[in-house]
Amino acid sequence: MQRIGVFVCWCGSNIAGTVDVQAVAEALKTEPGVVFSTNYQYMCSQAGQDIMKQAIKEHNLTGVVVCSCSPRMHETTFRKTAAAAGLNPYMVEIANIREQCSWVHKDMPTGTEKAIILGKAAIAKVNLNTPLTPGESPVTKRALVIGGGIAGIQTALDIADAGFEVDIVEKKPTIGGKMAQIDKTFPTLDCAACILTPKMVDVAQNEKIRIFSYAEVTDVKGFVGNFTATIKKKARYVKEDVCTGCGICTEKCPQKKVPNEFNLGMDNRRAVYIPFAQAVPKVATIDPDHCTMLKTGKCGVCAKVCTAGAIDYTQKDEFIEENYGAIVVATGYNPISMDKFDEFAYNQSKDVITSLEYERLMNAAGPTAGKLLRPSDGKHPHTIVFVQCVGSRCSACDEKGKEYCSKICCMYTAKHAMLTRDKYPDTDVYVFYIDVRTPGKSFDEFYRRAVEDYGVHYIKGMVGKVMPEGDQLKVRASDLLANKQINIDADLVVLAAAIEPDKSARPLATMLTASMDTNDFFTEAHPKLRPVESPTAGVFLSGACQGPRDIPETVAQAGAAASKVIGLLAKDKLTCNPCVASSNEIMCNGCSSCANVCPYGAITYVEKEFRQPDRTTLVRRVASVNEAVCQGCGCCTVVCPSGAMDLKGFANNQIMSEVDAICK
Amino acid sequence: MQIENKKPLIVAFCCNWCSYAGADLAGNNRLNYPAEVKIIRVPCSCRVNPMFILRAFQRGADGVILCGCHPGDCHYTSGNYYTRRRMALLFSMLDYLGIERDRTRVEWVSAAEGAKFAATMNDFVEKVTALGENKRLEDLRCKK
Ligand SMILES: Cc1cc2nc3c(=O)[nH]c(=O)nc-3n(C[C@H](O)[C@H](O)[C@H](O)COP(=O)(O)OP(=O)(O)OC[C@H]3O[C@@H](n4cnc5c(N)ncnc54)[C@H](O)[C@@H]3O)c2cc1C
Ligand code: SF4
Ligand code: SF4
Ligand code: FES
Repeated sequence: MQRIGVFVCWCGSNIAGTVDVQAVAEALKTEPGVVFSTNYQYMCSQAGQDIMKQAIKEHNLTGVVVCSCSPRMHETTFRKTAAAAGLNPYMVEIANIREQCSWVHKDMPTGTEKAIILGKAAIAKVNLNTPLTPGESPVTKRALVIGGGIAGIQTALDIADAGFEVDIVEKKPTIGGKMAQIDKTFPTLDCAACILTPKMVDVAQNEKIRIFSYAEVTDVKGFVGNFTATIKKKARYVKEDVCTGCGICTEKCPQKKVPNEFNLGMDNRRAVYIPFAQAVPKVATIDPDHCTMLKTGKCGVCAKVCTAGAIDYTQKDEFIEENYGAIVVATGYNPISMDKFDEFAYNQSKDVITSLEYERLMNAAGPTAGKLLRPSDGKHPHTIVFVQCVGSRCSACDEKGKEYCSKICCMYTAKHAMLTRDKYPDTDVYVFYIDVRTPGKSFDEFYRRAVEDYGVHYIKGMVGKVMPEGDQLKVRASDLLANKQINIDADLVVLAAAIEPDKSARPLATMLTASMDTNDFFTEAHPKLRPVESPTAGVFLSGACQGPRDIPETVAQAGAAASKVIGLLAKDKLTCNPCVASSNEIMCNGCSSCANVCPYGAITYVEKEFRQPDRTTLVRRVASVNEAVCQGCGCCTVVCPSGAMDLKGFANNQIMSEVDAICK
Repeated sequence: MQIENKKPLIVAFCCNWCSYAGADLAGNNRLNYPAEVKIIRVPCSCRVNPMFILRAFQRGADGVILCGCHPGDCHYTSGNYYTRRRMALLFSMLDYLGIERDRTRVEWVSAAEGAKFAATMNDFVEKVTALGENKRLEDLRCKK
């Protein structure tokens, strides 16, 4: 039999205003197991905790029930108090008589009656509690960063700075992400390459950081502190450690007509290529879809010209397994496809482009060497129309676009308009917008400069249709403020396409059991208080994979995620939640039902010897729960047909006793 | 009539991560709902064994409601999908036994939906009150 102490808290008048705390303490005195019952103004205060400690010692208590605020508030507090008095912390249960009683009911008799019942349920549960000891698991002191955009780069640098090893897995041949494709950056207009490429070099030179480029994570097993990831290094047909990045092969390759994805298909590259001059790692990659040697076995030019002997046509995909203590997701975003937006004639005219394509057109390293020329005829455009919110802020029933605001488009469009007017004052620039949203630091000033100093025509209204006619684009739009239709003959139309998470994010989330929102952005553990952690322990979030964001926000979040990772890796051991499943080996029949539903793969099977009544030995397969992996959801307990599986802390008999106490 | 005077007895199972927090939020915002509702905290909605619900009815509960995270939002990724299927099965069995459909319910309440929690409880209690006492499943031997 337990020796239970009951502590009823007044919470000032928060509880005592609607619940007769004295009566509750009195009524609970006679419940089975209760040897002590009292009430106090603030149980969580130092004085309140002292009362509890003293009672535990004086009355030799083996269990404690606190009738107070929500366990989400002070369960940890009271567990610590009990532990300080020598009691196992898991012998404490809370009856929530504030949030779920005094605050939602009005009159004293009702509140008091319910508080007594809730107290009885908690007492019934504690009577069946058993002391629990959290296990410990070691921490692998290395982090995995998935995605090598500015988010992944910053996170990796910060973690490495603290002295821990980091691996970056990037699916493209180079790190850098979208920022490497951007020309200048708002709100300061410094050039993206000038601030990004030094960081890329830092990554390459940092001894703590390994880059797996042209690689993907194909499997993740394990749990916080102890993940094992399988990384697929795609064959690039070039020996990474031998290639010097001289680029001679990329000049001699006879296959010249491969659309260059780095310039979004606006010019061509060879079948063997280095995405851009500052690529990290600066290593050539052969594109197997276009290489004649790989496709037909005839050619071999690159192997002949490579003085380092780095070309290897026989290379195969390689799978490696690595252990990590923490994983950071930094898979970023992509502009959505414009295929469904027929009204803007994106697929009909080469002169209708997306904003990211415009970045490449403005970039000195881009397809036009930084000259603003129309993709169709290479002429200088005189009238440019920018359309904002293409596919952003759509109504929920509109299947073409996204409901959310892509957040960065207002600012980069202002940037584009401003840079264009700055470089080519002879161009007329129109921006069609629904709202201009500029809440960042120095953002509104930036946008106002575009309007006031650069003479950009901002028109509130949507573009209804873009029609290619001759070498011009007829833009039909509405001006909502002037309440009239307008027609503009444009030379170039730029669409600010909505952004969406990378398509690989969803399967990755499944691998990591990290949750996503309905738009496939990763969700955070708490939207306000834990913004860089995913709800899955040990998985952290960095950059635009969590939601649309610009570079300053991405970098801030990347640093925050890194500090969380460092906090984790700095520990030698992690304590695990002891409220985990465990199977009764004698009852278990090895059916596998539990293993099939466990979302974490925590259940494995072991062969156990059992002595039979006739003294022979029987070997049976029984379920065994890995306590460090089990997260304690309890799903397995319900599917177990033999009733062998139970959950510590929320055992069948405990919950049943609560039901009984409430229904009495 | 005696049936109408008696207040119903309602057991609510709430998962720790969403619905229990939603109930706390209803409290923080001082949103009233009937005191007949008594909440039992479980780690996840998938922890609720149909046995617990039958036990509640056997012991005289008049209604049982099970609340969890919205589909896709379960803290353990997939727990509430199991809940949804299990409860569909249990409820159709209860239906077969002649237990009114309104005595049981599964509701998804997120940690941010304090108002939904209170509204759900108000509505559920009203429906169960209208049905009167659960006589069919109550085991009189359990009565003292
Ligand atoms: C047209 C345009 C202009 C912009 N201009 C500005 C500006 O002026 N100022 C500003 O502050 N912001 C600007 N931005 C926003 C800026 O691009 C983003 O804030 C920033 O790039 C986000 O960085 P990220 O690392 O989170 O994502 P990304 O840059 O998208 O990087 C993600 C990386 O992860 C890789 N990856 C994805 N999935 C996987 C996977 N499964 N495995 C391995 N690797 C993977 C990708 O290949 C990529 O390299 C602009 C955006 C656009 C579209
Ligand atoms: S309680 Fe949940 S996590 Fe633990 S073994 Fe059972 S199903 Fe797996
Ligand atoms: S479901 Fe139960 S009986 Fe089947 S393997 Fe798991 S613990 Fe054993
Ligand atoms: S944790 Fe809420 S339903 Fe699973």
